[in-house]
Amino acid sequence: MNHVLTAAAMLVLVTMTLAFVRAWLGPTIFDRVLALNMFGTKTVLLICVAGFLIERTDFLDLALLYSLMNFIGTVALLRYARYGTFNDSLKDAGT
Amino acid sequence: MIELIGELGPLLVAMQVASGILLISGGVFSVVGGIGIVRLPEFYSRLHGGGITDTAGVILPLLGLMLISGSWLVAIKLAMIMFFLFIASPSSSHALAKAALSWGIKPTLEHGESVYVENAPKATGDQR
Repeated sequence: MNHVLTAAAMLVLVTMTLAFVRAWLGPTIFDRVLALNMFGTKTVLLICVAGFLIERTDFLDLALLYSLMNFIGTVALLRYARYGTFNDSLKDAGT
Repeated sequence: MIELIGELGPLLVAMQVASGILLISGGVFSVVGGIGIVRLPEFYSRLHGGGITDTAGVILPLLGLMLISGSWLVAIKLAMIMFFLFIASPSSSHALAKAALSWGIKPTLEHGESVYVENAPKATGDQR
């Protein structure tokens, strides 16, 4: 079973490398946000598989926490890209 | 957490085989999504590549991991991670597509016309 888990972790790492290539190449900011979102999702999956390889159950708490942080980070980055600022009041933001 | 193959009966062997199949197919879907996000020509097509990764590339490996988890607590935690990622990642993709559309990036239409290059914002900080 360890071989199957290692193979799955290698495939996830290949996907993360491909997402990083798109984050490097992407001509617009939205390509880079998409690549970063995918990178974060694959990181969560890699943490889960690594937790099963090392045989510790604590890694799943880390994965859940990081998935929440990835979501909030993506939404915050989109807000900044849309309005140019992190302000809550939209009258300070551009259109 | 991980039992030896064949020590506890054919049901466990079948579960481990199914878990291995799910893990490898989930990894293959992830790589397909990754190739799509690199090689597709336009932003909205790449969004589909990201969507493949976020749904099939997450559900299948986590289902495979749930089959070989030793205790119910681990399976419930994996179910929570799967549920949250299944809800949050497509929401992020939708917000991304909506933000790109309101910025002015238009999808490439059937006959190749697009205003993609002219309206695309560059990733610099001083846009506003």
